[in-house]
Amino acid sequence: MTYADRWLLPDGVEEILPAEAEAVERMRRRLVDLYQTWGYDLVIPPLLEFTDSLLIGLGRDVDLLTFKVTDQLTGRTLGIRADITPQTARMDAHSLDRQGANRLCYAGHVVHARPKNPLATRTPIQAGVEFYGEPGSRADTEVVSLLLESLKLAGLCKQHIDLGHVGIYRALAEAAELSQEQEDSFFDLLQRKAVTEIRAWVRVNLKDSPLAPVFLELPSLAGDRSVLTRARECFAHCPADVREAIDQLEQVAAVIEARYPDAELYFDLGELRGYHYLTGLVFAAFAPGYGNPIASGGRYDHIGEVFGRSRPATGFAVDITALNKLGLIKATPASAVWASESGSADQWQAIQALRASGERVVCGAQSEPPQEAGCDRQLVLKDGQYRVIPLA
Amino acid sequence: MSQTLTIALTKGRILKETLPLLAAAGIEPAEDIDKSRKLVFETNRAEVRLLVLRGVDVPTYVQFGAADMGISGKDTLMENGVDGLYEPLDLNIARCRLMTAAIKGAPPRQGRLKVATKYVNVAKQYYATCGRQTDIIKLYGAMELAPIMNLADEIVDIVDTGNTLRANGLEPREHIADISSRLIVNKASMKMKHVLIQSVIDAVGAAVDARREPENA
Repeated sequence: MTYADRWLLPDGVEEILPAEAEAVERMRRRLVDLYQTWGYDLVIPPLLEFTDSLLIGLGRDVDLLTFKVTDQLTGRTLGIRADITPQTARMDAHSLDRQGANRLCYAGHVVHARPKNPLATRTPIQAGVEFYGEPGSRADTEVVSLLLESLKLAGLCKQHIDLGHVGIYRALAEAAELSQEQEDSFFDLLQRKAVTEIRAWVRVNLKDSPLAPVFLELPSLAGDRSVLTRARECFAHCPADVREAIDQLEQVAAVIEARYPDAELYFDLGELRGYHYLTGLVFAAFAPGYGNPIASGGRYDHIGEVFGRSRPATGFAVDITALNKLGLIKATPASAVWASESGSADQWQAIQALRASGERVVCGAQSEPPQEAGCDRQLVLKDGQYRVIPLA
Repeated sequence: MSQTLTIALTKGRILKETLPLLAAAGIEPAEDIDKSRKLVFETNRAEVRLLVLRGVDVPTYVQFGAADMGISGKDTLMENGVDGLYEPLDLNIARCRLMTAAIKGAPPRQGRLKVATKYVNVAKQYYATCGRQTDIIKLYGAMELAPIMNLADEIVDIVDTGNTLRANGLEPREHIADISSRLIVNKASMKMKHVLIQSVIDAVGAAVDARREPENA
């Protein structure tokens, strides 16, 4: 073992040092506080669970993201959470069992067995909300609004929101009677907007289908709100589910535009993030200088079914680690009082009084440089009284 | 805030064919790229700059968002996987085929096959879909030598005219894919700079179509 092997962290595994850690933690608290003010109850799900409950109902994507270990007590496989959403779904369906709507929020580490993208950390910190029991676009509007509030709180002055609806492709695939393999292969092409390959695919797989032109048009249905108008024409003869999806997008967009006129809304009807378990509206937030979403979410009705209770559900998670990388989270400049410990009871009283008033007081030895501990003032004995004066 | 656009280009032969397409879209480098050793070039449009890179590095720059768009061979995209990218336009330049090849007349080998290639992932996947188990040998150049020296039974490589294969006593066998250069776009850039990027895609697309028409006529 070389010296380097002893301190080197695994690829994509991060530690956060003091100045940043303070900023990250403050952001986490402020986000949780924000969610509380909107009526979302904080939950603290466990770091690991049986994969049987952690991965059930989710797609292969999450399975690959999840670290697995054997539980030495039962011999069953444990997964370290790669996503907190399924845990809250279990809480909603099983542990809480409330009749009405259920609003939950959380903040904590998740662990990814493989990084989501080449530069991403494998130990991101996420904060998020989940809204259970409300099927309509009112709930979608609420969570998208709350996402925008989160971004504003994080100091993002221009918010870019990407909106899509997985119901469109799902209904089209069903109407065109695609096999699972065909559905997956077109899905891959659509995610890349690989127009050449899409043309070839449609020629082979939808030769005489009246839906062929719709599939060819899908990758280009992206842009500002006018896309929805274009989509309506394009989908005029498609199943009602498709047109309903457009209506939902329209409803949510109208409210969000009115509430947040500065937010930049982008529509992409071929965007199918989380297609394997999402069921309706999907959305994500982007920021200049970061090539991946900083937050994402969507509707995932029926995920609770496997826990014995199918419920409408929607929510999102913000990647606090990504916000930190963007430099949006600023640490406050240190302000603290230095006290050279004298051992006197009076000094101790004075120090404790300052701390009780919210001051940061660092006790140290004479030889220690106070500035290194982030101090800008000191506690001195003057005329028989302890006073705080600027550092000399 | 005015938006900027960074386009990563593949240097060499593809670059020569790319510049006229960009020019048709109203983007021209401010100086002669061939005569400079620079890697970043300003253009006639203040908001657009060009990077000139090795082909294999282009998807990396675009994937990480260091460049918004890029021009890359389909072979590179197939080999490296393309998460985080769109490839909305086939530029129809630098066309060739990705094929398997073997010594002329050599009988097909039964059982496990040794394949030399620089397209390790593509080769593994291709032979797997054919139901063949393979041992892949990664080489960085002169694939044709591998079967001659009995290092491999077959090779997977780009075939243009097939002259290099023939000169070395090899013959092309199975066609894996048609290759051409693609315009690629970072997903986040596409969502945040949609108007700017779509206008470039449309203009370059029109230039590609205009070139294709006389060919077909």
